[in-house]
Amino acid sequence: MSRRVVITGIGVRAPGGRGTKEFWDLLSSGRTATRTISYFDASPFRSRVAGECDFDPELEGLSPRQIRRMDRASQFAVVCAREAVEDSGLDLAATDPHRIGVSLGSAVAAATSLEREYLVLSDSGRRWLVDQDYLSPHMFDYLIPSVMPAEVAWTVGAEGPVTMVSDGCTSGLDAVSYASDLIREGTLDVALTGAADTPITPIVVACFDAIKATTTHNDEPEQASRPFDGTRNGFVLAEGAAMFVVEEYEHARRRGAHVYAEITGYATRCNAYHMTGLKRDGREMAEAIRSALDDSRVDPTVVDYVNAHGSGTQQNDRHETAAFKRSLGDHAYRVPVSSIKSMVGHSLGAIGSIEIAACALAIEHGVVPPTANLRTPDPECDLDYVPITAREQRLDTVLSVGSGFGGFQSAMVLRSVGAAA
Amino acid sequence: MSEPVYVTGIGVVAPNGLGVKEFWSSTLEGRSGIAPLTRFDSTGYPARLAGQILDFDAAEHLPNRLLPQTDVSTRLALVAADWALRDAAVNQAAMTDYDMGVITSNASGGFQFTHGEFRKLWSQGPQFVSVYESFAWFYAVNTGQISIRHGMRGPGAVLVAEQAGGLDALGHARRTARRGTALVVSGGVDSSFDPWGWLSHLSSGRVSAVGDRDRAYLPFDTAASGYLPGEGGAILVVERADAVARRRAPQVYGEIAGYAATFDPPEGSDRPPGLRRAVELALDDARLRPGDVDVVFADASGVPELDRAEADAFREIFGPNGVPVTAPKTLTGRLYSGGGPLDVVAALLSIRDGVVPPTWHTADVPPDHGIDLVLGEPRNRSVSVALVLARGRWGFNAAMVLRAVADGAGSARA
Amino acid sequence: MSVMTLDDLRRILVECAGEDDSTAVAGDIADVPFEDLGYDSLALMETAARIEQRFGVRLPDDEVLDLATPGAVLDAVNKAAAGV
Repeated sequence: MSRRVVITGIGVRAPGGRGTKEFWDLLSSGRTATRTISYFDASPFRSRVAGECDFDPELEGLSPRQIRRMDRASQFAVVCAREAVEDSGLDLAATDPHRIGVSLGSAVAAATSLEREYLVLSDSGRRWLVDQDYLSPHMFDYLIPSVMPAEVAWTVGAEGPVTMVSDGCTSGLDAVSYASDLIREGTLDVALTGAADTPITPIVVACFDAIKATTTHNDEPEQASRPFDGTRNGFVLAEGAAMFVVEEYEHARRRGAHVYAEITGYATRCNAYHMTGLKRDGREMAEAIRSALDDSRVDPTVVDYVNAHGSGTQQNDRHETAAFKRSLGDHAYRVPVSSIKSMVGHSLGAIGSIEIAACALAIEHGVVPPTANLRTPDPECDLDYVPITAREQRLDTVLSVGSGFGGFQSAMVLRSVGAAA
Repeated sequence: MSEPVYVTGIGVVAPNGLGVKEFWSSTLEGRSGIAPLTRFDSTGYPARLAGQILDFDAAEHLPNRLLPQTDVSTRLALVAADWALRDAAVNQAAMTDYDMGVITSNASGGFQFTHGEFRKLWSQGPQFVSVYESFAWFYAVNTGQISIRHGMRGPGAVLVAEQAGGLDALGHARRTARRGTALVVSGGVDSSFDPWGWLSHLSSGRVSAVGDRDRAYLPFDTAASGYLPGEGGAILVVERADAVARRRAPQVYGEIAGYAATFDPPEGSDRPPGLRRAVELALDDARLRPGDVDVVFADASGVPELDRAEADAFREIFGPNGVPVTAPKTLTGRLYSGGGPLDVVAALLSIRDGVVPPTWHTADVPPDHGIDLVLGEPRNRSVSVALVLARGRWGFNAAMVLRAVADGAGSARA
Repeated sequence: MSVMTLDDLRRILVECAGEDDSTAVAGDIADVPFEDLGYDSLALMETAARIEQRFGVRLPDDEVLDLATPGAVLDAVNKAAAGV
């Protein structure tokens, strides 16, 4: 009998609210949390909107030492890990540390700290030969950011495998898949897994400006993220994190844990096409979806909801629509599809985990979160994207997908425990 | 019972050799790739020795098109992948695209490239930042570029765990092969020797400041004073045994027979460190006992207390002087994501040639370490099972067991 | 009077996106589609950014990718420079 993997705890920091409850309130009400960038003067930039989190590390219970030492993304990860453990009711002291692991996703990791230290070391960009007198003792951990999962491991006392998964914008999905692999194969009973990214810093804003991947709807910051809408013109950069306690099913059952959902299947494929471009046919994403459904041993027609990557770029939303049709057949026209990036923006490596949280909560509450800001139909995007308003519906099988630079295409299937049994 | 997973191709980009042949002869003959940094004027820096790849001209090996969009680390990774696939005689066109995956480790991304873009942003303005920055920097870049170059559409992944990450990538490649992907290109390559990258290395407090290149990185020696950073690494072709037999691969270097990763308890904890457990789990995974191991390729930090901890683990597992231990990385420095894979290459070549390279430069090993460190010259010894260890800063431990494959599973191994 | 010549553009293209040994970026490429020259949308975006910095001529984002040949880029740049 193969080992099953379930989600028993969730911690989220996303734009528009602190914690899982506020996150779900935002999604289910269809409100948006994107705004004009406030962290720095964004006026020289092409895209000036973002999904910012009102995150106060002190209020979140981090010590002054932790705050000094840790990059913002690490802070998010640790805070969410604590929340997830509390939510799960897991007694860490009674759990063998050797059987707990960490798999943390992040795309650009310590970008915020790198940029801060760069400005100090280079005299605001004036020096190429950086000045050692201003060197931070933590600089090494911004260069090589594997301290991020280490911080999570220390938070929960994990001594099993600990790693960072950095597959760009599919990191958040793939990190959870990685943890699930370790539980399935018997290496772990419990994993703290999820993802964090805090990329709202000039260098990251500039690099997406250069490639014109981010939106120019600067005058309507709350309506700037428009997945599947005819007037979409790019994604809205965001920050955030989501962490989960995932467990082997029997381990969770024995301790009477509440189970949000079972992770029944996942897969990732590369498109081997272009570092940033997508072919119109969605072939490799479709293959990832098919493979994840196979892994779950379910037919495409049982999928009750698709949580789309839905970044709001012209090419992504077309590509993805094609992938759904290719993998789900006619069922693609019947199944509700939505993008929560319309509300919380695109937090790069973190969003895949934030979307898994949305899926788990959607199953829990029987509600499909909507695609906000979807008012102008696009003839090329002709599926049911659940515009504007959430929809109450029993959900047993949910598909979440991700797509990212480098050609990564990932998919995960989550099921209610009743359905998967 | 899981299908065995083999290494069938190797590509090496190391400070002491481009290509397997050059790397291996340098390793056996003691040719070092350590030298004072030449990428920039390093005169004012407190430490200046590093393992640099000085004879690499990317334009000789890669299409000109790829150069404007790649960091030096990605160019090295692409070339290593090319060589590994050629070595394994893989005909990508004859394989199903989804049956080939790419799983690499990375530690510092395209750092020199991104330093240049940070500089443009802050000295000239946002509109000067390159379109390529959005992917030349991030940790996922090497997997993406290798997959594109070779039309590999199977699973892709990137793991970051400082120096331990390279073994994690190979371990995940084996897992992925067992889950159904016939062939996975895997390993790690890093480079971050621009002024900012170099200073970041120094901030670890563990880089040796000794100026004599033969005395600066002396793991397990009484004069150990830290390590030297290096650049490069290795990319390997990892294949499921049935696929190897089906396509009649020209050689099998060995089986990835065991793998495990652990994490140390937090500082100040009274719980034991995780290295010994990683070794024991990897041996269990391979269904082997400590006595079956013919040689250990040590992590060999060069930081005295970490050397001691590693020596302690060896004594506990194998008994005093119970197994030959070596660390050829004294000739290259520590390569971060590339370190584990390059040691795996050395281990596989030890299996092939029946010879264990020494830990060059280290000479004076305290007797109470109780380890049989191979010193001074290569040791001829038949190797059937080799153990490779890698530790990453903050507590990452990874262990991999490589085993000789007797008949090469239908291969034409001489 | 042109502010930018085909040779200028050629240099920028090669700097921004390299060249194949097989494709002749040399010679009269004014009417050869970028696709045939092997330059993708990224190459064109990078090229447009460098043109703006060196020649002070800004090509609107949504027009850049519609410029299918080097000749069309030269035309657009020189018209914009002349204030047409």
